[in-house]
Amino acid sequence: MTELSTNTPKPRDVSAIVTAGLAKRYAAERRFRAFGIAAIAIAVAFVALLFSSIIGNGYTVFVQTHMRLDVELSADAIDPKGTRDATVLARGDYAGLVKGALRERFADVKKRRDKRKLHGLASQGASYDLRNMVLADPNLIGQRISVWLPVSDDADMLIKGHIPRHTGEGSRRISDKEIAWLDALAEAGDLETQFNVRFFTSGDSREPELAGIWGAVVGSALTLLVTIALAFPSGVATAVYLEEFAPRNRWTDLIEVNINNLAAVPSIVFGLLGLAVFLNFFGMPRSAPVVGGFVLAIMTLPTIIIAGRVALTSVPPSVREAAYGLGASPVQAVFHHVLPLAMPGMLTGAIIGMARALGETAPLLMIGMVAFIVDIPGSFTDPSTVLPVQVYLWADSPERAFMEKTSAAIMVLLAFLIVMNGAAVYLRKKFEVRW
Amino acid sequence: MQLTILLATLLILTVIGFHMGRSRAVSTAVSGIGHLNSLPSYYGIYVAVWCGVPAGVVLILWLLFEPQVVETLVVAGLPEAARTLPENKLDLLLNDIRNLAVGNIVSRDVDPEMQRAADHYASIRRMGGAAMIGVVLALAVAGIGFGRKAISPELRARTRIENVLMVFLIGCSTIAILTTVGIVLSLLFESLRFFQLVSPVEFLFGLEWSPQTALREDQVGSSGLFGSVPLLAGTALISFIAMCVAVPVGLLSAIYMSEYAASKVRSAVKPLLEILAGIPTVVYGFFAALTVAPFFRESGNLFGIGISSESALAGGLVMGIMIIPFVSSISDDVISAVPQSLREGSLGLGATKSETIRRVILPAALPGIVGGILLAVSRAIGETMIVVMAAGLAANLTANPLEAVTTVTVQIVTLLVGDQEFDSAKTLAAFALGLVLFFITLILNVAALSVVKKYREQYE
Repeated sequence: MTELSTNTPKPRDVSAIVTAGLAKRYAAERRFRAFGIAAIAIAVAFVALLFSSIIGNGYTVFVQTHMRLDVELSADAIDPKGTRDATVLARGDYAGLVKGALRERFADVKKRRDKRKLHGLASQGASYDLRNMVLADPNLIGQRISVWLPVSDDADMLIKGHIPRHTGEGSRRISDKEIAWLDALAEAGDLETQFNVRFFTSGDSREPELAGIWGAVVGSALTLLVTIALAFPSGVATAVYLEEFAPRNRWTDLIEVNINNLAAVPSIVFGLLGLAVFLNFFGMPRSAPVVGGFVLAIMTLPTIIIAGRVALTSVPPSVREAAYGLGASPVQAVFHHVLPLAMPGMLTGAIIGMARALGETAPLLMIGMVAFIVDIPGSFTDPSTVLPVQVYLWADSPERAFMEKTSAAIMVLLAFLIVMNGAAVYLRKKFEVRW
Repeated sequence: MQLTILLATLLILTVIGFHMGRSRAVSTAVSGIGHLNSLPSYYGIYVAVWCGVPAGVVLILWLLFEPQVVETLVVAGLPEAARTLPENKLDLLLNDIRNLAVGNIVSRDVDPEMQRAADHYASIRRMGGAAMIGVVLALAVAGIGFGRKAISPELRARTRIENVLMVFLIGCSTIAILTTVGIVLSLLFESLRFFQLVSPVEFLFGLEWSPQTALREDQVGSSGLFGSVPLLAGTALISFIAMCVAVPVGLLSAIYMSEYAASKVRSAVKPLLEILAGIPTVVYGFFAALTVAPFFRESGNLFGIGISSESALAGGLVMGIMIIPFVSSISDDVISAVPQSLREGSLGLGATKSETIRRVILPAALPGIVGGILLAVSRAIGETMIVVMAAGLAANLTANPLEAVTTVTVQIVTLLVGDQEFDSAKTLAAFALGLVLFFITLILNVAALSVVKKYREQYE
């Protein structure tokens, strides 16, 4: 006892020790807090950096530079025999007309090399545009019209400011002469940026200024349709079985372990599964939305099942008991009462699963949805690509203009994701029932 | 197109079956529908099931197996010389026959033998298609007839329907098991074929990876070496960098959010962090390749350090950003599961908030956090698009984060994207890598889930 009392400091000493350490401890407290704030600030800064870098690169895609040219739609080049037959009209030398109009505009360009550069100012799409105009109205043949035609991707990038003007000529893809011609056009008011319809209506292309995302959007839509048609019913059925009917035994334990594991299997493994089973074993077509849908359905199934089970457990047992009391069978109680009440939660889970499937790339690379496809897919078995794969393909292309397209495609992809997640949040808020 | 019409017809027949069944049930119940065993619509569904299910099953089986059956028949009809061709040549020939039959461009001159085969192919497909339509529709109509005949007031239609439904539910819930079995079998099967070409010892312990197999004997740089160690090391390096970013940032922000932040801040910042979780990985990949990697290279140049433009650092950093929300949401869950009494006890003894967190809450939550981090590691290892777009292709065995390394997933993608032939070691190696990836992530997941589960039980 005596020993203890001698070693125990007197009360005043204790408070002195505590007070002496307080400043240090409070400093530690402030430091710790600062670390927390710094961590959040870093995370938020990354979000901001990511969005600003993508939007900064991609916002200019909504417009496309066009130049005004006076084109002589001479009958010789389009329809020498005057048949006005659509197949003849479609084969006319419209590229030659565009070139002629450019040469006429810049009559002082004489050297062959310069002429070739001059011709390069107009996009290949210019001749397609002319052809479509003539096909729509054959009476234009023989007339001289003033039209707005798209410029090439390098010229477009220069006008939009993505290619710096003041660096040395050797280090940019566009020469001083070309810049001078473009400036001359701009001074005459014959150069302007117009809303880029093509980007939203056409498929992929090797020419950046002609490439659009509509093909990828349609491919994504077809793939997701297959995914939701397969994954939602089977996911809901699994959730209902496990939550409402399954006996507790080894078999159901095994199913649960499997579902939890599948939720964490890397997505590329599902792609390998699709390649080995759907393509090689069942001989399904490569690059087809139907196979993509199968793979993504298997991949999203765990998400839908887990969300579905949570939604089912949140329905109170009293609902089931009331149904039994009124003479419903267990199946009737579930399908007439519990399931409708759990449906909003299940739909929310399904939408979140779909959003994840929409952004998924790796497994689709495995089943060949990475091909270069120009046509807009028309059915579930047509070769097609999807939005994230399109992003990947464009990101791989060296042209500066594809960087803009990639960022723009990402913006479109993110817009879809925001809409889907917003819908999920709305559903949850609107139909959430607090029991 | 044909298929769409067939499906629509089948659907209409099913609806007709439903109505026929229901009206039949009502009309057989001479003494009022109260004497029926089940509600009338159950009889309708009973007939509809008889109409739709057998026909649907036949249709699905036909769709799944038609290509193989047709192929076998066409091959059987080919001349002896063609049948004994090696597999890949035979595939090319079949492809040409198929294209010829549908009128596409063919890659070789058409000889009469091929024309005959193509005609044979077309006729088999035509006959098969017609037979399938006939069988499906006949089954549907017969189903309606059978179901309708079976209807009587004593028929326990509801029980029957519920049994069918239960079979459907159980069937759906086994999909998860079938998927796992499918993954394991397909990876294992192709890997075994790979290991017939390359010894497992070389694959697991070899220090060099250069999967280009030589076409000629004397070809340079195509040694066909399949040592997976550099890939695993590269994966580990990038994942480690990712965790160095994700764990501190994720954990600290979770702690701040759950212990310090006012609810207003919380409700503003949490969705921002969740945005990171919802961004597709291909976007992160683009961000890494476009913004982060050039930034590192430039700043390296500034200090005179050579940083590869495909450095492990850039890929790892961006991957870490991707995983931040994952770590923070799991840590958040785990920290809020720590009982309030522990916090109050510590605060009551005079500890400051940070002391409480560091000395009481974190130790208590540690198992759960470790489990969460294991899950995050498994996600980092399996992540594909970021590394495909931002990491290198050459397999360097290095621990220097400024150099380019390659990962397992990058190699799977490069080996399998593009032209494939299914008997080369190069293609099969991708499946062996997939198997390794699957097992590593499986072990991590199982370990993590059991740790988290134990932790949950501790505080329940």
